[in-house]
Amino acid sequence: MNLNLRTLAAIVAGLVLTSSVAAAGSAEKGKAAYVRHGCWQCHGFDGQGSVAGSKIAPNPMPFEAFSDFVRTTSGAMPPYQKAILSDDDLADIYAYLQSVPKARDPKTIPLLNP
Amino acid sequence: MARADADPKIDRRKFLAGVAAGAASAMAPPAARAAEAPAQTTPRAPSALPPSAKTVEAETKTPRELARVPGIAGSDFMVDVIKTLDIKYVPANCASSYRALHESLIDYGGNRMPEFLTCMHEESAVAMAHGYFKVAGKPLLTLCHGTVGLQHATMAIYNAWCDRVPVIVIGGNELDAAHRPPGVPTIHSAQDINALVRDFTKWDDTPVSLQHFAQSFVRAYKIAMTPPYGPVMISLDTGLQQEPMRDDGEKPYIPRYVPTSPPQGDSGAVKEAARLLANAQNPVIVADRAARTPNGVTLLVQLAELLQARVIDQGGRMNFPTTHYLTAPASAVSNADVIIGLELSDFWGTVNSFTDNGENRGIGQNSTRINPDTRLISICAVDLNTKANYQDFQRFQVIDVQMAADAQATLPALIEAVRSAIRNDRKSAIAARGESAKKAYAEMRSRARQAAAVGWDASPISTARMVMETFGQIKDLDWSLVAAESPRFNWPHRLLPIEKHHQWLGRAGGYGVGYAAPASVGAALANRDLGRISVCFQPDGDLMYAPGVLWTAARHKIPLLAVMHNNRGYHRHRLSQARRVDGLVGERPDQGSVRAWSRPQGSSRDGESGAASAARRVDATAVMP
Repeated sequence: MNLNLRTLAAIVAGLVLTSSVAAAGSAEKGKAAYVRHGCWQCHGFDGQGSVAGSKIAPNPMPFEAFSDFVRTTSGAMPPYQKAILSDDDLADIYAYLQSVPKARDPKTIPLLNP
Repeated sequence: MARADADPKIDRRKFLAGVAAGAASAMAPPAARAAEAPAQTTPRAPSALPPSAKTVEAETKTPRELARVPGIAGSDFMVDVIKTLDIKYVPANCASSYRALHESLIDYGGNRMPEFLTCMHEESAVAMAHGYFKVAGKPLLTLCHGTVGLQHATMAIYNAWCDRVPVIVIGGNELDAAHRPPGVPTIHSAQDINALVRDFTKWDDTPVSLQHFAQSFVRAYKIAMTPPYGPVMISLDTGLQQEPMRDDGEKPYIPRYVPTSPPQGDSGAVKEAARLLANAQNPVIVADRAARTPNGVTLLVQLAELLQARVIDQGGRMNFPTTHYLTAPASAVSNADVIIGLELSDFWGTVNSFTDNGENRGIGQNSTRINPDTRLISICAVDLNTKANYQDFQRFQVIDVQMAADAQATLPALIEAVRSAIRNDRKSAIAARGESAKKAYAEMRSRARQAAAVGWDASPISTARMVMETFGQIKDLDWSLVAAESPRFNWPHRLLPIEKHHQWLGRAGGYGVGYAAPASVGAALANRDLGRISVCFQPDGDLMYAPGVLWTAARHKIPLLAVMHNNRGYHRHRLSQARRVDGLVGERPDQGSVRAWSRPQGSSRDGESGAASAARRVDATAVMP
């Protein structure tokens, strides 16, 4: 993920602002929207990231930074405008990302420790 | 083109020609067929008319044994030529334009070495040969109708061209306009069928005599098998196939095949490359299609350990073990002062980045990923075989030391040159570089495991878990990962212990979708003969191009575990549309399960090819339908 100055500023702002939009989101609807809009194709079903997209969950960035990035990014990910991704869907997706549980310790997963 | 003299007796080839003509008559205009059909008693036309007696005979009865013409049939001699090259299989979709050669392969050649494998699509046949070679190291022959069949085959030939894989393609063609049957056989003929694929084959020919065929076929094999490998094409006249050899002339001979040595780098250039590498502070090796054989892996490990240089394996082949501490991610180029690229398909893309974001007047952003003083070395045999039309040579990159040579063949000389060029006072620094690499490798592996743990218990199953659950079932077998086609799906390389050359075969080469399924079946065929289990992570869209290859796998008892990686849409297309339009138009072709229609192809559940007991051992493997 390429972070430009505007995105960094948004992240800083996000640290001190409370997101009422995000609070209104539905994690259940968000999971469906996350799949419907193809977010998982690059970021994985659980936001774990891949070669094409960065890790975005668990513990997603503050909503304002998240929203700013999604709407205005000029990196490899295209900007998702409101005509494509509504404010409601965006808030729901964020709620879903917030709901992703913390990853298990890989040392406790036998298949990852052959 | 020469043909046999008219003979009042029916021979086996003329009978076959008659069968073909009968089939052609079945494709006559409806009016003609209606004249043969029984009178209809109802005003409503049926959806299909009954076949004529001739068609019924052609379709249902066993051909009679017919007397052979005196002497040796031309197509029998062609089989003799083919047999000298130890070609094991001929995956092909049958066609009348090579019917004589087909018949000779079966009746004269005994359908062994080579054995004919029935394919549902010419694209599948070529891709099977593609996958087979990457395991066996031996090319296959495929036969096709010279026009429509070759048109089907072209994308797979282009993939083989881009992936530097030898495939021998013969296209049947009826050149003699005065004698070929009118109708379908004529519309399926062309003056120069090879023109269709000339831009992406290494060589092609149209033999006009049996002696010419013998030289042409051995030459085609030799050219295909000289690095850089590549597909070759022979147009084979139907009349030449059916022409009998006569006793009154000089008998054609079969040239002996002697392999051509691969091209090695110039000694001066090798010495200069060694000097740069030996004196570098942070040399990095990048390999794409460097290891043509297991020995290529051994040589690359020797070079890397001699220099304690990190290795970026771009995955065109299995070049370097993922378990080796010198394995590095693509980002390792950024701190390099010397980079050596071995058989890179895209050197520019290795040292530069491109972001398709619509900026820079709509053509995207380019930026360098390396320091301006970084010296670049290339060893690449493809430089000897660049053509103009198709742009598989990628963007132009200035290289400081460029060798138009085969990397694997050059590595022994380069290793010796590096060994000589390393000064004693450099050895401690080189050893320290290795210690640093071990630490970086451990951190990289730890990050991969942490990433894989995210969503480990999620439903649907995460792709990381899909890979590891599959591995859990095969890890004690001699396994071969024959395809994992999406470039965005890198879990196998991040998590699996890929240590042997056959455990990763690379990708399509030309990014032509429809490669993974047939290439996996071809690779599985080679692995079957070696007692290995083959696994592929099969994209859904790729399989839908020509799913009939599952029938071929079942018919010829080729074991393959195909784990469906079903993303249910054309998501890359959707991303592009999201950037450029106000509404998404990307297609989502299927919300259903691939396995629902894979069963009728003869494959058992979950896309597992039905024949092999080895494959059955992985029944419990997690599958993402």
